[in-house]
Amino acid sequence: MSVLVYTESENGTFKKTAFEVASYAKGIADMMGTTVTAISINGGDAGALGTYGVDKVLNVNDSNLDAFNAAAYAKAIAQAAKAEASEVIVVSQTADAKYVAPLLATQLEAGYASNVVALPESAAPFKVKRTAFTNKAFNQTEISTATKIVGLGKNAYGLKENSGAAAAEDFTPSFDDADFGVKVQSVDKASDKVSIADAEIVVSAGRGLKGPENWGMIEEMADILGAATACSKPVSDLGWRPHGEHVGQTGKPVASNLYIAIGISGAIQHLAGINSSKVKVVINSDPEAPFFKAADYGIVGDAFEVVPELNEKLKAFKAANS
Amino acid sequence: MKILVCISHVPDTTSKINFTDNDTQFDTNGVQFVINPNDEFGLTRAMWFKEKQGASVDVVNVGGPETEPTLRKALAIGADTAIRVNTQAKDGLQVAKELAAIVQNGGYDLVIAGRESIDYNGGMVPGMLAGLTGANFVNTCINLEIDGTNATATREIDGGKETVATTLPLIIGGQKGLVEESDLRIPNMRGIMMARKKPLTVVEPTGVSADTITVSFEKPAPKGAVKLVDNVDALIDLLHNEAKAI
Repeated sequence: MSVLVYTESENGTFKKTAFEVASYAKGIADMMGTTVTAISINGGDAGALGTYGVDKVLNVNDSNLDAFNAAAYAKAIAQAAKAEASEVIVVSQTADAKYVAPLLATQLEAGYASNVVALPESAAPFKVKRTAFTNKAFNQTEISTATKIVGLGKNAYGLKENSGAAAAEDFTPSFDDADFGVKVQSVDKASDKVSIADAEIVVSAGRGLKGPENWGMIEEMADILGAATACSKPVSDLGWRPHGEHVGQTGKPVASNLYIAIGISGAIQHLAGINSSKVKVVINSDPEAPFFKAADYGIVGDAFEVVPELNEKLKAFKAANS
Repeated sequence: MKILVCISHVPDTTSKINFTDNDTQFDTNGVQFVINPNDEFGLTRAMWFKEKQGASVDVVNVGGPETEPTLRKALAIGADTAIRVNTQAKDGLQVAKELAAIVQNGGYDLVIAGRESIDYNGGMVPGMLAGLTGANFVNTCINLEIDGTNATATREIDGGKETVATTLPLIIGGQKGLVEESDLRIPNMRGIMMARKKPLTVVEPTGVSADTITVSFEKPAPKGAVKLVDNVDALIDLLHNEAKAI
């Protein structure tokens, strides 16, 4: 009955997306007149979820799940969904959740809508709005199966405070060897840098910077703003920046609050990838650059003059406003 | 090693996106269709397995006759045979079920699909295919090495990457990184001539129905004009007081 939400943790604390999906699950539960149950795997303090409307938390504590394992995680969530007789399951769209959701869908014979951006237009029939054509359009998708999985896009719904008991219970799913057919050998993750997926602000630069040696001022701006760094496709193809920084249609999507594009002309594929960002700023010397048509704020100017000055002023602004 | 590469037939990345029939159908008028970029990286990686490790490479698409030029292009790039499942692709699970029948009948060791298509961006077919066939699955795969029945794969995670060990049969959700952009192959005249003679088998669908229905499309609301400023103080002020973004 209850809406089940998979709330992800990292290093024992909930990710921000966990609170987003909890807020959204509460919204659906209110539409359907039911409660919200969260499943948390080796996760954070259950009480934190109550603030976002979660009534009950199924805590899975299993050292076999310390390393992420999509097949086993999907199985745990599927068993929780069955135990709760949940008709709707909400997941985020982190890399891990996108990995888990299709496996979960086949286990539950559930229809799955990914990249969802709003509460269902109606609960019966169950219709949700999602992005398609890499953010160039939206579509309304109706899920007709008895069990439904909704993948909520990052930053699409926001945090909504609510009160919930968040009563914690231990939950012990069962596994077999086949669930552990993919084993993590090593994880390479920069702990001192903000990832594009988690970032509220993304500072991105393109070929206008002329060479990889000029990225110091971009990294400095990211440091000042607590932002992630990103780049355009040509820059990653030229090897100036790692592929993980490439945002756009064939790279990463960006759904940050603020996206600052420096020396990026704004090819249609790039704009598609960043369309879900809320506020877009462009700094480019060419006033005809297509990015100006897609941006909220812009400065026509040479990045090598504008960016160092902007960095100095941002530092002063941060010092005065923190 | 028998490899199957799943090919999605999608609008070119530069396409203008429009809809017809009261916003219920994608307007294909004037649209150039291509191999889904995420699939093309996987196809090229499969070519390397063929050339260096003696693998056979089949390609498959679920779609109508209009998708055959895209399959022929994959043959021209070097795939050995092509299969078209003769039904319109309606949703991820329907496509995954049709593909599962092909995978199980074909006895494939490795199936490479793109992490998502660039049209519907469902991002679910490879994972569902793994769920249906019971094969191991690695999503957002950016590196893959196979030695006998053992595989080592690198997967992109939020903010980094993760290396995993697994075994065949294996299904991959691939993307850029499996090979680089500069490794992609443009079919040459010989490849195109040979592709005409390679088998393209049309298979009738198992006829599963779709669980999700696209009811309608809409385009994002038109954006207001950009606010241009001529100094950084004004920009910081707007970002702080108007946009509340910093």
